[in-house]
This record gives sequence, structure tokens and C-alpha cells, in this order.
Amino acid sequence: MRSSLPLFPEQASTFAERVDALYYYLLSVSGFFVLLIFALIFLFAIKYRRRSEGEQPRPILGSLPLEVVWIAIPFILVMVMFGWGASLYFTAFSPPADALEIFVVGKQWMWKVQHPEGRREINELHVPIGYPVKLTITSQDVIHSFYVPAFRIKMDAVPGRYTSAWFQASKTGTFHLFCAEYCGTAHAGMVGQVVVMKPSEYEQWLRTGAPEEPLAAAGERLFQQLGCSGCHSPNSIVRAPPLEGIYGKPVPLQSGHVVTADESYIRDSILLPQKDVVAGYAPVMPTFQGRISEEELMQIIAYIRSLGAGTPEPRKAAR
Amino acid sequence: MSPTIATPREHYLNVSYGIKSWLLTTDHKRIALLYLATITLLFFMGGAAAVLMRLELLTPQGDMVQSETYNKLFTIHGVVMIFFFLIPSIPAVLGNFLIPMMIGARDLAFPRLNLASWYLFTIGSVFTLVVVVMGGVDTGWTFYTPFSSTYSNSYVVPTIVGIFVNGFSSILTGLNFIVTIHTMRAPGLTWFRLPLFVWAHYATSMIFILGTPVIAITLSLVALERLFGVGIFDPALGGDPILFQHLFWFYSHPAVYIMVLPAMGVVSELITAFAKKRIFGYGFIAFSSIAIAVIGFFVWGHHMFVSGQSVYASMIFSFMSMLVAIPSAVKVFNWTATLYKGSISYQSPMLYALGFIGLFTIGGLTGLFLASLGLDIHVTDTYFVIAHFHYIMVGGTVMAYLGAIHYWFPKITGRMYPEGWAKFSALVIFIGFNLTFFPQFLLGYLGMPRRYHFYPEEFQVLNVMSSAGASILGVGYVVPLIYLIWSMRYAAPAGPNPWGATGLEWQTSSPPPTHNFEETPVVTQEAYAYGMPEEDIKGGRG
Repeated sequence: MRSSLPLFPEQASTFAERVDALYYYLLSVSGFFVLLIFALIFLFAIKYRRRSEGEQPRPILGSLPLEVVWIAIPFILVMVMFGWGASLYFTAFSPPADALEIFVVGKQWMWKVQHPEGRREINELHVPIGYPVKLTITSQDVIHSFYVPAFRIKMDAVPGRYTSAWFQASKTGTFHLFCAEYCGTAHAGMVGQVVVMKPSEYEQWLRTGAPEEPLAAAGERLFQQLGCSGCHSPNSIVRAPPLEGIYGKPVPLQSGHVVTADESYIRDSILLPQKDVVAGYAPVMPTFQGRISEEELMQIIAYIRSLGAGTPEPRKAAR
Repeated sequence: MSPTIATPREHYLNVSYGIKSWLLTTDHKRIALLYLATITLLFFMGGAAAVLMRLELLTPQGDMVQSETYNKLFTIHGVVMIFFFLIPSIPAVLGNFLIPMMIGARDLAFPRLNLASWYLFTIGSVFTLVVVVMGGVDTGWTFYTPFSSTYSNSYVVPTIVGIFVNGFSSILTGLNFIVTIHTMRAPGLTWFRLPLFVWAHYATSMIFILGTPVIAITLSLVALERLFGVGIFDPALGGDPILFQHLFWFYSHPAVYIMVLPAMGVVSELITAFAKKRIFGYGFIAFSSIAIAVIGFFVWGHHMFVSGQSVYASMIFSFMSMLVAIPSAVKVFNWTATLYKGSISYQSPMLYALGFIGLFTIGGLTGLFLASLGLDIHVTDTYFVIAHFHYIMVGGTVMAYLGAIHYWFPKITGRMYPEGWAKFSALVIFIGFNLTFFPQFLLGYLGMPRRYHFYPEEFQVLNVMSSAGASILGVGYVVPLIYLIWSMRYAAPAGPNPWGATGLEWQTSSPPPTHNFEETPVVTQEAYAYGMPEEDIKGGRG
């Protein structure tokens, strides 16, 4: 399929083209300076070679105008690199609001993926072409890094927190998925593939295999099983913050700060309930640290998110 | 050059004999040689690990050693080469030997502390050797948590102890250099008459003193967490793994400048000596060392652009990383301009110096790729990074180190090495180096992650090229080892100043007497006064 000596990686996402454009800019700037320095060295080396032992050239002290020139020009060139790189980076960290959301958990030494519809896979990620896909990533042991060279994206999977990355595939096919952060013995084996499919095929793929519960439904079941509903429901005796519509909304805290109820906040609230207590509530919630796996946590988060879906801002009281 | 070349009757090498006269010496020149022997041993040990890695990577399958072994190989390669070779290389050997001589002093300010530094260094390296014998360590030289603090089943703590102890050797050496440069300069040797080698070591010493305690503390915290379960970095214990990366790189990025600043100092000496010309833009080169040392402390976060750190923090780190490129560029331009209208000869030290400029330019420019935020997402933690920092550390520092060893060899030993062999091996090293590491840039952009024991087949051709280059590079390193050892005993006497160089170290005999100068020199002139008026020079040579 591919030549035995590839020199350039495939471009399979909209981001890849933009990264490569910056790469070409840097290659041309670097190429210019490397050629310039090498050419000057060779030129001077030949032209000013020592012709006799007693030869003594006249000393030259330096030149302020030259120093200014070779400070100013590189400065301008690197500032372009900075600005261009920063704008790409911003893009890479600003997923579109309508992105398809997929959860990824890294562990020694595999990638576990959950689609919102419930389909799960290991060391494979199936995505539709032409749709933005947002990955919410974590690790259940050491740090890993989710890397798809053809998409030019990479994001660390860090235990204890969520990171995210997004891409929009622009080419169907199968692409390498690597772990890019050294994670122990079988680090080199923590690889897989990303399969980019036509949307219709993706729909079909989601429905094949053993029928599985959608993520939010699995989360709801856990919500009941773990007893969360005992407090977080309107008719419970213990007063706990209601969760309907909370996702993505600002939450005022006991400490006076206001945080946005994103995945990380919900995760922390479940594992470290004393950390950010909602204003007006007693810190009575027990921790679920050690009682719940990373994947289950993601399911509960999907459930809590689904509580907000369809009910636009039911509780606007917050701010 | 001088018609009557003779070795002085008594010098620092023959003033006393016996193992005790070396192990208890306080002579900075002898301590430099102790360091030379120790780090040469460690260099070839780290090199052996690299040879095994490159052999393994000849095939995509990972069929020579097991993954655990491979992981231990790259870890020991990194730990030994960085902490026990590159960081001490130029400062502890050549800085130690030359700084007192370059400033007209009899020794460093604290000779016994200097000996203590070597002992600490040796104790640290013994720990590392013991770890290798016991079964190795597999965390990578970066010791990322929570892998190192909780998950690794190898000898993490003894390795950390070795680095910790070695760190004190760096701190004490830095302290010694700073005090020496401040207080022991010969009469008339003002700051702006100092050789740029001394300026570079002054900047390096600042980093030694400010940065090394941080790595010592950080690694101690890893050991604490590993031994006693104190939750600092492992989130399962309530810690933060990203905190480790901040602390680690706060030292380990400036450590890159510890490795390259002294090399830059060397290059300034070599270029001027072999172009017989005053350095172009002395002040700009001197202050660019200081600028690199200062700005270098504010760029550490560029190792963490995909770690989940704040987008705005990343932007600041990217900006600072772009800035730190400027003083490096200034140096390259000034060295190149120094060649202009010079009288250039091509003895082997000059070949190394010119090689340094070329390879360092490539290494520095590819650093910009990694500092560019959006692009770094793709290339970080791939072979692109490996290629980049080997261009800086091997193409830069090791080339300069070898250039310096050759340039000052006649001063250190009193004898001249065989120039033909030296030129040959300089060329072999240049070719072998580029063949080893240039393909790794391509591999990196293709997406091959670093620290991979086996890899997809499409990466094989480039890996084979790299391994082929490594075997050439290996030959290039062994040849000088042989002829330099031979030359110590059998080569012809070199005389006090075989290169016709300026600089106080060339004003005394080779090898120098124990106290360096028969009488304290008086300096009336700036450094590199090639072609400056004759009467001025006379006054300057006491």
C-alpha cells in the first residue's frame, strides 16, 4: 500500500493540512539559514584559507548595524512561528460544539474506547469522515499519550484528570494509533488503528456487534446502583444539588468561586466531593474513589450530561 | 612551530608519582584528568547502550532483546550520557583545567572542594554502575510519574541517589568557578578581557547553582513517594503527576544550556585561534551566554504542550522558547563573521569547531519546530525530538568537546597527537553523525514515537540508515581514544604554544608547572588580540 521509504506522513484530517503548512514555513526558514551558514562557512573557508605561516589578518571588532540586522530578522521570523503555531494550538484545543464525543481510557497497555451509543472497542477507533470528533481522554494508571500521526494530533492521557483533543477526519482508511508517552514494558505494543469510514458505514458499524447499552443508559443504571439517586433526586430526604441541566453551566461554590460543570468538574465531584462544594449545601457526600472505574465514571458523566439535553437551561438560578 | 621544542623538566604530571598523589591531589589540572578518565569510561558505557539499541532497531520486530531490556537500555543511555557525561564533560574536564590558567591564577578558589566534587561525581556514577549490575532501571531518564514513583519494578531509588549525589558535584563545581572568576583574575584582566570560554562557564555555573537543587529536590520527592507512599505525584495518593513534569523540566531544560554553553565557549576559542582573528562582536557573544542562561529558566513548559497544561501557559512558554533562539543565532552569526577575512587553517580542532557550527545550526533551527505550538503537537515525543536534541548535544556539545580535547591536548600532555588521524576521525564522526540522526527527523515527522522497542515496517529503511550511521559514528569515537592514549606517551613534544594562539594558558610551558605560571601574568589587552599592535601585546605578557 505504501512505499518502503515514505518521507512524508499521510494527511487524513483537516488539521493535518494546516500543521503541514506551518511545517513548510519552518522548513523554508530553516533551509534558508542552514544554506546561508553552510555557504558562508565554505566560502570563507576557501577564500580566506591561510596562505603563509606568518600571515596576520587585520582585526575586525564587530558591527553594530549587522548585529541589529541579525537580531531583528530572526526575531520577526520566530514571532511569525509563534503566532502561527499559537493559532493552530488554539484551534486544536477548541472543539466545535457539535462534535461527536468519544471517551478514551488508556491503561497499561491498551486503549479502551467508548462511543456514546454504547459501542466499545479496544485499540481501535472508528470514526466517520467529515464530522468533528472530540475525544475525552484519561488514564487509569500511568501517563500515556494518544497519538494519530495522520491527523497530526496527540494528547496525553493523564491519570486523575481529563484531557481532550479533537479532529475532523478528511480521508477514509486505516491509520496508526500510537501511545507516544513512555508507559512501561509494552509501551511499543500500545498501538492500534483509527478507522475512518463513510458516515453511513459508521452508522452501520455502530449497530453491528453485540447490542450494547448507550453510555448514558449505562450511567443511569450505575447512578441507581451506587445510590447516587438516593440524594440527588427531587424527593430525597438528604438535600443534594439537583443535576438536571447542570452540565456546561456555571456552578457557584461554597468558596465563592464559580466553576463550569464540565467533565472534569463532575469527575472531581464524584471522586473528591469535598474539593468543590456547591454553595448552600453541606459537604456530606461520600467519595467514590476506588469504587468506580474510569469507564464507569465516563458513563455516569454521560448520564448527567443527558439530563441537560433537551431541557434548555432549566435551572438558571446559579449566577 | 618553535625551533627548540622541549618539555619542561618539572611539570604538574611528573612532580609526584603514585596513586595517592592523584587521588589526594588538589591541583585543578590533575583533578581535570581524573574527571577525564571517569567520564571517558562513562561515555563509552552510555555509547555501548546506544549501540545495542541501534542494533535492535535494525529490524521492526524487536527480536534481539526483550522490551524490558530495551527500556533499560535507553534509560541507562540517557542517564549516563546526560548526568554523567554531557553535564560534567566540558566544565569538569576543560573548565577545571583551563579556567585558572585562562585567568592567570594558580588554582581554583577552593582546591579541596574541587577534589570533593570529583569524589561526589565518582560516588554518583558508582551508584549508577551498581544499578546496571543489579538489573537496571526502566523509567527513561525523565522519570515521569506516576510510572517512576509507583508502577516501575526496577531500581529507581538507587538511580535517583546516584543523580542526587552527582548533583552536589555540579553545584560545588559551579560555586568554585563563580568564586574563582570573581576573585582570582590576574592583574589587568577585566571582565571584558576574559576569554569567552570563561564567560560561558560563568553562565553555566549560574545554572548549576540555581537549577541543580531543584532536580535534587524533585527526585528526592519521587523517592519519598516510592518508598513511603507520600502522595506528591501519584493521583491515586492525592498527588499531581504534572507537577513532577514542571519541577523536572525546570532543571532539565536549563540543563541543556549547561551542556551547550561551555561548548559555545570552546567554539569561540577555536574559531579565533584557527582564523587568527579577533572574535567578531565580543560583547554580543558574551552577553548572549548570559541571556541564554537567564531566558533558559523560563522555557521549561515547552516540554509539556500536550500534557494538558493551560493553553495560555503554553503560549508563554512558546514565546520564551522563541526568544531564547535569538542569542543562539547571534552567536552563530558572530562566529561566521569571525571567519570573514581571517587566515583560516584546518587543523582538526577547527574541523570540529566548523562541524559544531553547522550541526548546532540545524539543531537550533529544529528546536523552533518544537517550540511552535501547533506543530509540536505532532512532533513531540517522536524521533523528531530525538534527532533535534542529538544535533544539539552530540552534534554540538560532543563535537566541541572533542575539538577542545584536541586543541588543548598539547597543553594538557605536552605532546602533539597525530594530525592525520585526527582529521580522519573528525570527518568520520561528522559523516556518521549525520547519517545516524538526520533520518530520525524524517522518522519523527512520519510519526514514529520515541522509546519504541519495535515499530511498523514502513519505518525500517530509515532505521537501518540510522543504525548504519551509528556504526560509523562508533568507529569515529574509538579511533581518537586509541591515538590520544598513544600520544600521551609516544607523540612528539608540542611546545608551549603550538597553535600560535593568544590566551594566558598558552603563555606557560606545556605541560604547565603545578602552579601554572612562574610569575603572575599582567594583562593589558583584550582576549583574542590577534593582529593587535605589537607593543600592546608586549605589555600584556608578564
